Amino acid sequence: MPAEEKKDVKGRDISRRQFFKEAGAVSAAVAAAASSSVVGPEEAEARTTFAEFFQKNYRLMTDEEKKEACDRLEQRHSEEYGKKVTVDGSPAMKDVLFGYALNIQKCIGCRSCVHACVKENNQSRHDAEIQWIRVIRMEKGNFNIEDMNKGYPNTPNEPFGTKIGGNAYKGAGVVLEGQHYYQPERVPEKDAFYFPVQCMQCENPPCVKVCPVKTTYRDPDGIVVIDYNWCIGCRMCMGACPYWARRFNWGDPNLPAEEMNPKTHYLGNRPRMRGVVEKCTFCLQRTRKGRYPACVEVCPVGARKFGNLLDPASEVRKVLERKKVFRLKADKNTYPKFFYFID
Amino acid sequence: MKSKIDFVLDFFSYALKGGVKYYTWLGILALFVIPWAYGSYQQLIAKGMVVTGFTDQISWALYEGSFVFLIGVAAAAVTVVFPYYVYNYKPLKNAVLIGEMLAVTAIIMVMVFIIYHMGRPDRSWHMIPIIGIFNWPDSLLTWDVVVLNGYLGLNLICAFYSMFKRYTGQPLNEKFYMTFVYISIVWAFSIHTVTAFMLSTMASRPMWFHSIMPIKFISTAFTGGPALIIVALLTVRKHTRLEIPDEAINMLSQIVVWCLGIALFLLLSEIVTELYPSTEESFQLKYALFGMFGLTKLVPWSWASFIMMIGSFVLLLIPRVRKNYTVLPIICVSLFIGIWVDKGYVLTVAGMIPSPLGEFSEYTPTWIEIFILAGNWAIGFMIFTILVKGAVGVMLGDVRHPSAAGK
Repeated sequence: MPAEEKKDVKGRDISRRQFFKEAGAVSAAVAAAASSSVVGPEEAEARTTFAEFFQKNYRLMTDEEKKEACDRLEQRHSEEYGKKVTVDGSPAMKDVLFGYALNIQKCIGCRSCVHACVKENNQSRHDAEIQWIRVIRMEKGNFNIEDMNKGYPNTPNEPFGTKIGGNAYKGAGVVLEGQHYYQPERVPEKDAFYFPVQCMQCENPPCVKVCPVKTTYRDPDGIVVIDYNWCIGCRMCMGACPYWARRFNWGDPNLPAEEMNPKTHYLGNRPRMRGVVEKCTFCLQRTRKGRYPACVEVCPVGARKFGNLLDPASEVRKVLERKKVFRLKADKNTYPKFFYFID
Repeated sequence: MKSKIDFVLDFFSYALKGGVKYYTWLGILALFVIPWAYGSYQQLIAKGMVVTGFTDQISWALYEGSFVFLIGVAAAAVTVVFPYYVYNYKPLKNAVLIGEMLAVTAIIMVMVFIIYHMGRPDRSWHMIPIIGIFNWPDSLLTWDVVVLNGYLGLNLICAFYSMFKRYTGQPLNEKFYMTFVYISIVWAFSIHTVTAFMLSTMASRPMWFHSIMPIKFISTAFTGGPALIIVALLTVRKHTRLEIPDEAINMLSQIVVWCLGIALFLLLSEIVTELYPSTEESFQLKYALFGMFGLTKLVPWSWASFIMMIGSFVLLLIPRVRKNYTVLPIICVSLFIGIWVDKGYVLTVAGMIPSPLGEFSEYTPTWIEIFILAGNWAIGFMIFTILVKGAVGVMLGDVRHPSAAGK
């Protein structure tokens, strides 16, 4: 795919980044002034930083310690963002295994899910906006009689037979011929179909295996979670993930106070810090309360289905029963709980 | 205890004294520390890793490459220790300590590079067993931590124990000492093997995901490491009274040439196996060698390293060149750089391009990254110089405990 299309998402131009940084600092200061009735955000941070620094890995905490950790964050974030922030610590529900199904036939590539996800999950907004879902635009393959003898022959001594180029060179729908930086006037485009990718919540997750400090682990409801306070930022998990589902906070995340979603979960969408990895959690702050993930809710064409894999009446189970289903990169033996299907 | 403190004081007071040339060399290295300090402040304190050229697509690059390469350099101490202790090859007697000093330095540098690699170095304690969580044996990174710390300990014990005994003029406790020497020989192989496993087990990175990696790592390590030891030995021989026989140099240059031969053969095997069927899994190698879709940033580096390695191999095959001690260090330096580029840059970065989703993007290190890289290397060379100077003093008998005088 062409190189120039990378710039918009990565946005790694230094001067621009610094501009945003300063702009971010100014808006943070304004927000701070507005909310300084109790205590300034810096003071609040200093007070909790110490306790947070020495806390245990979330999984090993007692229920009491978990509550303490959540309360601490609630207080800090409330002061930081100038509104009542809740940090939930609900554990996985009993007899639930979350699964996801996506209808690639219906997806129109509008990226509503991408933006709803960013809004819901408190990702960094600018100076590298972090997106957990990426929609790959796949060019539809086509063959034309005019292209018959273009391209170059694979076997120079024989002017017939296999050719690299010509008709066979046209994309026929493999990932390598897709790209996720498309900027169309309107969707769906005539010559494309779309393939959203996000964390697959694998049952055999390579990322969990390689983590040296077990900060990322599989919760009983099948969600691969990260304790952001325990992550050391070694990025082994990013190297191991075959789906490129993990994102890193290279700098301090920029989350404007007015855009911050105050309903958070400790293992889900609470604000992250610099130097840690994050990824999709199937919106566990919502789904553990019986709600749909933000991306499912927002999808205008109903391409996204979600539910409990252990419940035969759930939507996702019905999809598995009735539709033609496949999983991405099944050869990697990762057992994703994210299924793609066609009608 | 007092004699141990005396030893450390005497060792370093000797190591830090030198002539004009010595101070000039250390001074030049110290110059690199200024931009390094600026870069370190920016990355570790002020802004985070956003000041580097890393992206979500290319999340491992120069720092990781450097530590992978340096683990190889550390393991290469075995190329002097092994012939001397196992084959009783006497000419290497004075080279052993220098090899061990190199191992100690390289491991220290590895640890420094790991700090820069981590997003949260302040949380390193999370890896310490009991107070933290150590995901052993699942995570190969934890294996790396075990073998690296073990190797550092082994080399510190071997080197400083034998130096201390020379310092006080007491005989070595052979049983105690040789046990550690033999363990360290086996251990040297383990450090680079584990490092290779760490990469080769990442099934989503086809360039790394093959079983040739460990042996290729070891063969390139046993090329680059002794190449640096040769340069160090020739320098020591030129500037001090320490006797380094020609045979020692010749032995090492032979090790270099044959390990390089094996490395080149493995490289050839890799290229043929990947490029002949030309599946999507070969794209990372293709990108490194020829560039893809007009993205060619890695190509000059790949070919430069090939030319340096193949050129050095051809030249070193000629005994006359190998025994010419004016040409030999030049070849050794270019070989050292060539292997660093191959393993520390091309292999690491190409393993990230294309991404597991097939996205091609390119990596450009920022100036801050280069400042930090250069600074870390300069600090490494400083440590190595000082340790070697002190070790030479001990071997010459210049660093001695007053009570040992006359023994």
